[in-house]
Amino acid sequence: MKQLNVLKNSDTLEKITLAPVSRIDLIKYADASGDFNPIHTIDEEAEKAGLPGIIAHGMWTMGNLSKLFTPYYEDGFIQDYKVRFRGMVFLNDVITLQATVEEINERRIDFKVVATNQDGKEVIKGNVLFAKYNDGC
Amino acid sequence: MLQELIGKRSNKVKNQVERGMVKKFAEAIGDPNPIFIDEDIGKQSVYGQNIAPPTFPRVFDYGELTGLELPKKGLIHGEQNYHYSRPLLIGETVYCYTELSDYYEKKGMLFVVMKGHGETLEEETIFTSEQIIIITETVRKGMKS
Repeated sequence: MKQLNVLKNSDTLEKITLAPVSRIDLIKYADASGDFNPIHTIDEEAEKAGLPGIIAHGMWTMGNLSKLFTPYYEDGFIQDYKVRFRGMVFLNDVITLQATVEEINERRIDFKVVATNQDGKEVIKGNVLFAKYNDGC
Repeated sequence: MLQELIGKRSNKVKNQVERGMVKKFAEAIGDPNPIFIDEDIGKQSVYGQNIAPPTFPRVFDYGELTGLELPKKGLIHGEQNYHYSRPLLIGETVYCYTELSDYYEKKGMLFVVMKGHGETLEEETIFTSEQIIIITETVRKGMKS
């Protein structure tokens, strides 16, 4: 497990770039989450809703974004996770996930989190408060 | 229309953090980490058990809020928040309910704020969530007033 205790303000966690969004990604998420809104999986339904094509579930992107913190669950947990969905994610978009330390003390680390597409546009923006278990961290 | 429903809660529904569902969920968000999936890693962890990813409460049943009828199509998910007192543990039972916490109008659009609650049998809060749903003017015109 990685250690968080070396982080300081403005540091970033190792960023992750996802493989291009595929239909199967969204079908899998629909199945796993129970969100079968057809605008995420069926072209005709997305077009009927006035979209150029199917879009990812916002929660799929939010779920992906949380994995930046998964290596650190031995040191603490995500106490607060807040996001705003700012842009749609389409098929074949390439999403990059990033977290930057905003504030840090012995109990918690506040991160700014963002998911951007291949054009650098923010699709999700938010904050994570990571509460630390205190044992010499 | 929604005004009188503010503060109304659904009945609590018993949910289980099922191992199979957590695995499927973790895989679907591209995060099949052993902390969620591997039983031995779970046992050796600070939690003594596998945990679920923070957005897993999406799968829970929160019951029906009587009287609340949102359009089935055209809703926009604007914001989502989770607050945890600790991570969800695999195998535990969580009692969930939802609540319409606010409702307001801005630039012709409706903003509906739904809260979710997850508790233990002893009514200790494990997590709360907040979802802001945006209903655009076009979709709104199709709604019953």
